[in-house]
Amino acid sequence: MEPSPLSPERSRRRRDVLAALAQVLPSDALLGSPGELVPYECDGLSALRQVPLAVALPCDEAGVVAVLGVCRKLGVPVVARGAGTGLSGGALPHADGVVLSLARLNRIVALDPLAGIARVQPGVRNLSISEAAAPHGLYYAPDPSSQIACTIGGNVAENSGGVHCLKYGLTLHNVLAVRGYTMDGEELICGGAALDGPGLDLLPVVIGSEGLLLVVVEITVRLLPRPATARVVMASFDDVGRACDSVAAIIAVGIIPAGLEMMDQGASAAVEPFCHAGYDLSAAAILLIESDGTAAEVEDEIGRLSKIVRDAGATAVAVSGSEAERLRFWSGRKNAFPAAGRISPDYYCMDGTIPRRQLARVLGEIKRLEVRYGLRCINVFHAGDGNLHPLILFDANAAGEWQRAECFGTDILELCVALGGTITGEHGVGAEKIGTMCSQFSDGERAAFAAVKSAFDPAGLLNPAKVIPTLHRCAEYGRQRVHAGQLPFAGLERF
Amino acid sequence: MSPDAALLQVREQVRAAAARDMPLCIRGGGTKDFLGESRVGEVLDLAAVAGIVDYDPSELVITLRAGTPLAEVETLLATRGQCLAFEPPSFGPRSTIGGVVAAGLAGPRRASVGGIRDFVLGARLLTGDGEVLGFGGRVMKNVAGFDLSRLVCGSLGILGPIVELSLKVLPVPALERTLEFELSAAEAVVEFNRWSRLPLPLSASSWFADRARVRLSGVAPAVDAACAALGGRVLPVDEAGAWWDSVRHHRQPLLAAREPLWRLSLPSTTAPLPLSGSLLIEWAGALRWLRTDEDPARVRALAAASGGAAARWYGAPGEAMFDPLPPAALAVQRRLKAAFDPRGLFNRGRLVAAL
Ligand SMILES: Cc1cc2nc3c(=O)[nH]c(=O)nc-3n(C[C@H](O)[C@H](O)[C@H](O)COP(=O)(O)OP(=O)(O)OC[C@H]3O[C@@H](n4cnc5c(N)ncnc54)[C@H](O)[C@@H]3O)c2cc1C
Repeated sequence: MEPSPLSPERSRRRRDVLAALAQVLPSDALLGSPGELVPYECDGLSALRQVPLAVALPCDEAGVVAVLGVCRKLGVPVVARGAGTGLSGGALPHADGVVLSLARLNRIVALDPLAGIARVQPGVRNLSISEAAAPHGLYYAPDPSSQIACTIGGNVAENSGGVHCLKYGLTLHNVLAVRGYTMDGEELICGGAALDGPGLDLLPVVIGSEGLLLVVVEITVRLLPRPATARVVMASFDDVGRACDSVAAIIAVGIIPAGLEMMDQGASAAVEPFCHAGYDLSAAAILLIESDGTAAEVEDEIGRLSKIVRDAGATAVAVSGSEAERLRFWSGRKNAFPAAGRISPDYYCMDGTIPRRQLARVLGEIKRLEVRYGLRCINVFHAGDGNLHPLILFDANAAGEWQRAECFGTDILELCVALGGTITGEHGVGAEKIGTMCSQFSDGERAAFAAVKSAFDPAGLLNPAKVIPTLHRCAEYGRQRVHAGQLPFAGLERF
Repeated sequence: MSPDAALLQVREQVRAAAARDMPLCIRGGGTKDFLGESRVGEVLDLAAVAGIVDYDPSELVITLRAGTPLAEVETLLATRGQCLAFEPPSFGPRSTIGGVVAAGLAGPRRASVGGIRDFVLGARLLTGDGEVLGFGGRVMKNVAGFDLSRLVCGSLGILGPIVELSLKVLPVPALERTLEFELSAAEAVVEFNRWSRLPLPLSASSWFADRARVRLSGVAPAVDAACAALGGRVLPVDEAGAWWDSVRHHRQPLLAAREPLWRLSLPSTTAPLPLSGSLLIEWAGALRWLRTDEDPARVRALAAASGGAAARWYGAPGEAMFDPLPPAALAVQRRLKAAFDPRGLFNRGRLVAAL
């Protein structure tokens, strides 16, 4: 599709910005023609699109600083971008802004196997870190399903997780330090190879800050020893509630599995023809439970896990007998999003988190919402930590379907908040969930977010209009929800 | 007094102080009064804002008011086979969970499971306007908005009083065993790091007076396999337990003496610094306690040169505790402080002299 022509004012602005950037960047590091810009108009949330004024692709830190300098001088918003796999429109361009791609800063700067740390540039792909560490028996633990494509810079910005974060933590728990530049061009180092230092600890604020505070140019990650063995238990259930009960039972006996994932029947049916993972298609839900450690430890834990799921009423239990089989069991889960894309023209991936005990209740509610909105929803969960990924299936070319999908998604997130959970477990707020932020946080809390933003970025030029809704935006959101009669959970007590 | 009434009273005191522009010194159990650069202002006592709000062991989350005594929390968790995995030191029976989090000090398990901030899921803070703001939540994964609940860890109260916390808890390990080795400090640093890169259930390490000790925690097959792989002498259970407790709670004599003591937080592989004195190493080399007569400027310079930081505990009055911040970091932290506490009421100058 040809992008629509720019207003004369915007064309002039683009010319000026391109000319100023051309002073500091080589020509192959600057994109400005409409055709070149289109690939950058959205991230993994393709329902939201915006062509930027320009895209800068510096290949080193000096180039990043120079781009920030030019944009600061001209008052141009900057949106940092990694691989663009984000699912909340975090890297969605600003109409009057520059996209600053960090993709070419893709070097592993140093890897110290004795200290178990690596220093990497932000454009390094998540999986490449583990590949580089593998000869030393080490790996980088957070493993988002997008790990072959997404960058560590994007992971830091989103505080991304993966199927193994129940035991090994999120990005936050596996990053020691982040070095970046504020919009003012000041270098800021948060954290370090030492485990603590003087002053406020800014690392947890910067991790998960969705490109609003700093442009990150270097990350120090912790590398973990690769466990000697890992095996997966796959359990089928004819009732979702029983699957949820066995999740609670596993935790209750003191086991923290390396992974604890659930898929409902719709999700299994979507992935099976495509991945041949061997999922039980007659099951209402399946659980994938990974155990890792020494061979003896794994054998012991697998025995206990199998007993718990059987006692909880599993209708079938299989245990991976080889590494190939373990990977096959996981393949379906890891490919759930692309599989949704194969059975439906479009899908909308949600990311709420709830207290685990509410899983069955939320699933029941989603079933009712499917009827209400006339759309199908298939469900994959990081069941161990209560993080849901309902995938709402729709067709963007069918009139009104995207709007319905959006309302469906908003209802799910409102429910998560009402049950004491959150609107996003790992995909971020971005541009997408700016409305539901109004439900989760009070005026005072949102004002605190805004104040933190301006503590780092007083001019408000880094990824503006994301994450933190204005009071005006919240008033509008409230009106829309009331108007559409969409306050289904208003009666629930708020936490 | 009920915790709600206590909170109202605290709020009134904050409002009154705000009206008079009088600084406040936030206090839980008062066991860590020695920590920080300085203490000014009228005491704002959080001890009565206490009690468990919610605890469901199968969620691995506990929500509690800040004044709850640490000992009470740990006793409750133990009845359900769970614990605070970051093993915070208690400097006395009155130690409160709010003080633990504000101080940000973790114990022996730090290097293997993470620090306090890695276990904080949510926090409620009282602002200088007397408003309670909540960040984070009660669930394991939550990236809505900036993660301000973790910013309060180690803030020494400068952003305002913490009134409620949600913490992630973990099961108590099924079995623990401690091994001892005769090693020099330099050898211990290398071995601790080497062992930490092996898939072994290492949960603590220490070196003192040529004796290196490592603790292994987990299920029996894993601990047995690790003991076989590492060798060394197995310490009797009681002796091992007493040792880790004494290190954790600073009852070990080097740590217990309230005389000037350096806390050096260093990259774990740093070779022992060329400083005389008495040394205790923890966290696989990442934490070193040193009692020495060396020039403070030299100690700080050596720590900084290795990429770490030095803090002077129990120093003379007026002596700085922490290293100074670089200008860019100070500027951001000054604005952050102003964002939460525009009047500068809370714990003025305690974490950073200028804030
Ligand atoms: C099929 C699929 C599966 C996925 N599975 C998972 C999963 O299992 N777990 C999970 O957590 N996420 C998952 N995601 C979401 C996504 O991959 C992650 O959010 C990822 O971290 C984004 O990385 P990116 O490099 O693509 O970042 P982008 O999408 O390019 O950017 C994301 C955000 O980071 C900011 N940013 C990027 N680089 C920098 C930098 N250097 N400095 C400052 N800000 C920066 C951007 O401004 C933006 O706000 C999945 C996505 C897809 C498409």
